Amino acid sequence: MFRPFVTVGGVVSEAQLVEALRGGDEEAFRELVREYQPSLVRVARIYVPTQAAAEDVAAETWLGVLKGLDRFEGRSSLRTWIFRILTNIAKTRAVRDGRTLPFSALDPGRVPEAAVDADRFLDPEHPRWPGHWAVSPEAWPEDALLAAETREVIAEAIEALPATQRAVISLRDVEGWSSEEVRNALDLSETNQRVLLHRARSKVRAALESYLQENA
Amino acid sequence: MTVYAEQLSCQELVELVTDYLEGALSEEEAARFESHIGTCTGCRVYLEQMRQTIVVLGALTVESVTPEAETGLLEAFRGWRSA
Repeated sequence: MFRPFVTVGGVVSEAQLVEALRGGDEEAFRELVREYQPSLVRVARIYVPTQAAAEDVAAETWLGVLKGLDRFEGRSSLRTWIFRILTNIAKTRAVRDGRTLPFSALDPGRVPEAAVDADRFLDPEHPRWPGHWAVSPEAWPEDALLAAETREVIAEAIEALPATQRAVISLRDVEGWSSEEVRNALDLSETNQRVLLHRARSKVRAALESYLQENA
Repeated sequence: MTVYAEQLSCQELVELVTDYLEGALSEEEAARFESHIGTCTGCRVYLEQMRQTIVVLGALTVESVTPEAETGLLEAFRGWRSA
């Protein structure tokens, strides 16, 4: 495949990419779309209720990116800038559709979510072993972890997550973004990003555990 | 050996795993975490499972853009370019 923006020495600079886009280089735009479109749709789902609406928001975002290119000064990364445009469009749309956003769609809230069901532990008042495992986790067989079916279980577990947790775990763990990149793109505090990541990872682990146990 | 005023319970430890892996615990908290892990098989397995979960997540295929979406966006690009 012809990939002009990935060279032997690595990816070309962002400034070069922006220049190419301004110059109307279609390959540059295609590269950018391939890199960010799925993530844009996933993040848009935090704000809008359906996949179709999220795809609309992403499409509108690209138009906003093209219109704003001349104003892009490189003060933030191109990625952060694109995701800020997305967030603004998604929020505007939520308001227009009369959807009241929760106080903050990105706030994990104060209601704690247990990483592991409380019934897996002994009572916190247990005289000898308070809060100790009642049923200890068992080591997973390595080969089962690598099976295609296991990957499907994980993909389903991700889909079942609330949109914000899904966005965070997808960007961090599936796409490999750094915590800072995710915080900037989603405009999240460090703590909230970590809480969301923790909840998401804990649920995926639990789904894996129950699948691997059933199929042991 | 340091004696900690209060030992972590397993139920408390599982809530700290992401903070631990992200390097967000204070030195003292991290020491408490590691001291628990050192003596508790269940929690050692749990931590390993979280690490394995992250590895398997990283091995998932990154979702790609649908051909229809890509075509539509490229058309929009051409429209913008010729405007």
